[in-house]
Amino acid sequence: MVRTQDLTYSYDARHILQFPDMHCAAGEHWLLLGQSGSGKTTLLHLLGGLLSPHGGFVEVASTRLNNLSASELDHFRGQHIGIIFQQPHFVQSLTVEENLLLAHQLAGFRPERRRAHELLAHLHIGHKSNVRPNRLSQGEQQRLAIARAIINRPKLVLADEPTSALDDHNCEEVLALLEREAGQVGATLLIVTHDGRLKDRFHHRIFLQSTQA
Amino acid sequence: MNLLLLSWKNLRYKPLTLLLNLVLLALGSGLIVLLLLIDHQLQQKFEKNLAGIDLIIGAKGSPLQLILSSMYHVDAPTGNISIAEAKAFLNPKHPYIQTAIPLSLGDSYRGYRIVGTTPQFIELYKATLQQGRSWEKPFEVVAGAIVAQKLGLKVDDTFQSSHGFVMDDNLVHEDAQAFRVVGILQPTGTVIDQLLVTPTESIWAIHDSHADHDADHDADHDADHDADHDADHDAEHDHAHHDHEAEKQGTVPMSALPLHEQTDKAITSILILFKGRNAQTLNMQRSINENTNMQAATPAIEITRLQSLMGLGADALRILALVIIAVSGLSIFISLFNSLDERRYELALMRVMGASRLRLVALILLEGLMLALAGLTLGLILGHLGMEWLAVAMQDTYRYTFTGLTFLPQEWSLIAAVLAIGTIAALIPAIRAGMTDISRTLAEG
Repeated sequence: MVRTQDLTYSYDARHILQFPDMHCAAGEHWLLLGQSGSGKTTLLHLLGGLLSPHGGFVEVASTRLNNLSASELDHFRGQHIGIIFQQPHFVQSLTVEENLLLAHQLAGFRPERRRAHELLAHLHIGHKSNVRPNRLSQGEQQRLAIARAIINRPKLVLADEPTSALDDHNCEEVLALLEREAGQVGATLLIVTHDGRLKDRFHHRIFLQSTQA
Repeated sequence: MNLLLLSWKNLRYKPLTLLLNLVLLALGSGLIVLLLLIDHQLQQKFEKNLAGIDLIIGAKGSPLQLILSSMYHVDAPTGNISIAEAKAFLNPKHPYIQTAIPLSLGDSYRGYRIVGTTPQFIELYKATLQQGRSWEKPFEVVAGAIVAQKLGLKVDDTFQSSHGFVMDDNLVHEDAQAFRVVGILQPTGTVIDQLLVTPTESIWAIHDSHADHDADHDADHDADHDADHDADHDAEHDHAHHDHEAEKQGTVPMSALPLHEQTDKAITSILILFKGRNAQTLNMQRSINENTNMQAATPAIEITRLQSLMGLGADALRILALVIIAVSGLSIFISLFNSLDERRYELALMRVMGASRLRLVALILLEGLMLALAGLTLGLILGHLGMEWLAVAMQDTYRYTFTGLTFLPQEWSLIAAVLAIGTIAALIPAIRAGMTDISRTLAEG
């Protein structure tokens, strides 16, 4: 499902990040661990097609992201990859429900009101569907971010430090939700973190060293 | 959730910014619409009231005043001219003059001016009767459509005229015979709608009787008066006495003499239509101005002069309106540009969710365009309603009926220009939104 090979990226000439080759099968849940500065976020952006690698390639669902044009890549990402960021952000002028439907629509799907409602109810924020996202608590916002990432039934779900801002209780809940929801749509889940609390939950783990050449 | 709706929700999310932009745009475009409407309608009325009049002859004074008082009926008349002096121009056999219409001005009824003239005056403005008939004798009045409507005049109503143009009980010709409305004109869109039209003889009768009732009237004048008539026309040898008697009984006859023969009388001015414009008619104007106590003025020239004078004020307003529109363009630019900073992250997120660069460009452009459209719509409504509101005020001042309920072709240019400004103002922010580096923005959190 996700494959990388000889992946490198550099922000400047003297600072080249090298990433270990990866191969994650469909439906697997992976943890990407590493210290700050080890290039965790960079790797996640490479996998999500937000950055283009300087060397090597990324393959998601048998599609080489390198070979796609800019707008094809946007479209591919919208349809097949869901991303959850450390700080949840939303379109502030839209309600919770509208934010979910926007994800549908921007990916080129017909907005499915019912799926949005089901998903929100499932994540216990159904009663907040008509408020603005900034009225939600941190935990609720993170749940909404998960809902947004999986609403299009993506093949790959990427999560960048989804728990670092949360207390133990919320952390546990968000992780459980991520696994459950990703499992439900059959997506490959890749969590990037330096949060030690997550280590023992996952069998598939990749440790990133700050490898600089 | 299409782009249009999203643009609108983004705009509505900042209500105060939205308000500022809308107010600026509405003000600017509303003012332009108002100016266009006023300008166009003034122009139209000026032309309609010109009614092909080539020349106006009246007492010496300001030519503009002569035009304003005799053609537009807004200013005070320059004075009177004696028929003796103007005789040649009133003569229907004049080789260059097709029509010469005498006007006697100076009286009014409840603020509406009474014009003593001949039936040609009504023909000049192509006015037709909607009720009653034309006058047959002095003190019969044909009322313009608006006067009749505003004063509620009906056929057979009577009224006393007053001296001058202001409503003042002290100036009412109480001792004079009352006017009787015999006909009401159809609306024409010209100044005649606002006038009370009566034969010249009515005005003479009122002012002659004035003279008679003045305690020490000039005996010589009366003697001359009688003498003229006796000498010229035996048949009417006691014309003057007759006048006197008849007046009191309310039956002044129409004078049997052609107007240009009544050289003892005076009128205010003459509207002249030439048979054709040529060197002689040009000479005629110069010769009147140089060799007589009268002046001749060309309405077209004076009106152009007036418009260029008024144009200064209109130009200042127009510049002001353009500045406001330019400022509103700047305001759209600044508010969109600033909003990008706040929305950096959500724009990047939209890219993550599948929106292309072009889509973000379109989103911001649409926001600018929608602002422009909304402001413009408000401005158009404001301009037209403002004109309609002004119309009420201006009708009394300028003797014109205006309307805000017409749409001018120039408004399309305004619409195009404002929409273009909205788009241009949004262009740089839109391009910047499209260039958002999503990875860096998202990494910054």
